Amino acid sequence: MSKPIVATTSLAGCFGCHMSVLDIDEKILELIELVEFNKSPIDDIKKFTKKCDIGLIEGGCCNSENVHVLKEFREHCRILVAVGECAIMGGLPAMRNGIPIEECFNEAYLNGPTVVGNDAGIIPNDPELPMILDRVYPCHEIVKIDYFLPGCPPRADLIWEALVALVTGDEMKLPYEVVKFD
Amino acid sequence: MGQKITIEPVTRVEGHGKVTIHLDNEGKIEQTRLHIVEFRGFERFVQGRPYWEMPVLVQRLCGICPVSHHLAAAKALDVIVGAGTGEGLTPTGEKMRRLMHYGQMFQSHSLHFFHLASPDLLFGIDSDPLKRNVIGVALEYKDLAVQGVMMRKYGQEVIKATAGKKIHGTGAIPGGINKHLTEEERDYLLHGNEYMNIDKMIGWAQDALEFFKEYHKKNTAVIDGFAEFPSSYLSLVRKDGALDLYHGVLRAVDTEGKKILHDVDYQEYNKYIDEEVKSWSYMKFPYLKEIGKTNGWYSVGPLARLNTADFIDTPLAQKEFEEFRSYNNGKPSNRPMHAHWARLIEILHSAEKIKQLLNDPDLMEGELVTKGTKKYEGVGLIEAPRGTLFHHYKIGENDMITMANLIVSTTNNNQPMNIAVNQVAVKVMTGKKEITEGMMNAVEVAIRAYDPCLSCATHALGKMPLEFEIYNASEQLIERKYRG
Repeated sequence: MSKPIVATTSLAGCFGCHMSVLDIDEKILELIELVEFNKSPIDDIKKFTKKCDIGLIEGGCCNSENVHVLKEFREHCRILVAVGECAIMGGLPAMRNGIPIEECFNEAYLNGPTVVGNDAGIIPNDPELPMILDRVYPCHEIVKIDYFLPGCPPRADLIWEALVALVTGDEMKLPYEVVKFD
Repeated sequence: MGQKITIEPVTRVEGHGKVTIHLDNEGKIEQTRLHIVEFRGFERFVQGRPYWEMPVLVQRLCGICPVSHHLAAAKALDVIVGAGTGEGLTPTGEKMRRLMHYGQMFQSHSLHFFHLASPDLLFGIDSDPLKRNVIGVALEYKDLAVQGVMMRKYGQEVIKATAGKKIHGTGAIPGGINKHLTEEERDYLLHGNEYMNIDKMIGWAQDALEFFKEYHKKNTAVIDGFAEFPSSYLSLVRKDGALDLYHGVLRAVDTEGKKILHDVDYQEYNKYIDEEVKSWSYMKFPYLKEIGKTNGWYSVGPLARLNTADFIDTPLAQKEFEEFRSYNNGKPSNRPMHAHWARLIEILHSAEKIKQLLNDPDLMEGELVTKGTKKYEGVGLIEAPRGTLFHHYKIGENDMITMANLIVSTTNNNQPMNIAVNQVAVKVMTGKKEITEGMMNAVEVAIRAYDPCLSCATHALGKMPLEFEIYNASEQLIERKYRG
């Protein structure tokens, strides 16, 4: 029987959730026996090469490209899991919601104490750069999400238990210390 | 809400970083650019928050090196609560933070070397991309993969013992630290088991250095000649010129090793450093004011640190440092790929430091926090794994943040990465009819040598997703390629 296929991505997050996946430590060697990886920043597969069973999403959507990637994941993954607070509710990047995006740009590119001589008032706007959204959107506002793993980041053992449960169909073991965070 | 969002034309698969290359009719490269495509706005949205939240809040910039942001913010707030800079903390406060920081350096450098860089070295720059990743390494070089995984784990365990949590912990507070090291934690890290064992870590760090040096001997052209270009270098150094990753003064040297920033107080960083804004990247371009926008850029990170420091204060790393320096005739190394060498020397140094600290009784007892007269502005500086990291805050009468300025390590390396991209593109692509995957990976290898933590400005782990667009002389897009 072929192994279940897993894809992962990081949208507007800090990569802490991917780091928490790596914090399963020596179980990484078990993981690569258990599943096959497709598109993920931890390997070199940049575009989906096949349909996947499980997609793990870190981060919410702060720009047009995040939205595009998320929709692409929904299309290619049978089960989509929002991993961590940014994916679930926008997390810390969502602290900018309620502040006009112009103010954020002005602070970074015009008012900062080390920005001197930007007399032309340049704010990055190249066509190569994706559009920044008015606010940070949690994943479930963009596409249907099947499961949510809480934490900033979720504990490594929670991620591991969830993955094993999804792959084997067994029930998750969820002692209190695994679901409690911070 | 979802329907309101406009999706731009689908030109990017996952483009956290993106390179564009412009060629003329003869296949000569006219322009290359590394675009950084994320923007999060931390400087603005932390305003109005109480200052004591900063060490916990700003570390969410980055889950790869959260400790660096945690400590840089805490150091800035030390000044604000009147504890002064590094020397102002209690011995327990400073040493616990140092232990946390060396743990961070150890895990992050291990992650970069084993998980990110080693596949290029083990399988070759133009090998099969399906194999050229950490899973490929684990399948073919199991012992090396286990070593990488366990070294990273060790560093994470050091962080957990000092910060309470491996990612986004809470150890540092303005003026000090919130806990002692317990006897159990100390014993676990000193000799807990076969892997949780500092002597094992020192040995493995030495093995990794031997592996690299052996590789270097056999592949001298790849390591030495790859994207070589002159650069200035900036880092913290201890007041006596020793490598110091946690505290010191700011020094910059030119490409020949001559000092151009003379061990200055980083509270005044603003006197020396400015940033340029360019329309095509969300990441700014810092430079030394005195030299100016065009030539004042500099590199930071492990290579910069070994190029600016005079010596290392741990014996095993010092021996390696001497070898590194003598290979480069006592001058700075202008070879970006030597960053891997420098990084491994720092892994060894960090392990030696961790051992010293674990045996220091100050970590287990003594005052945790220093108190003093409140101030309204502070700058925190630290050598993050990827280089010098600046945090600068001002607060108002009500203790709320009124100004925040962050120059993250990868931003400091913005211009050098752009130059490295150009060097490699010119070398491997000029006049070529077909741009191969291997050529594109070569460009990525140059960027990867800087270990860019795009989480701090964006986010990326493993292979940076890159998109290449090739234009002819009349600005028409002739080819677009995705890596992978």
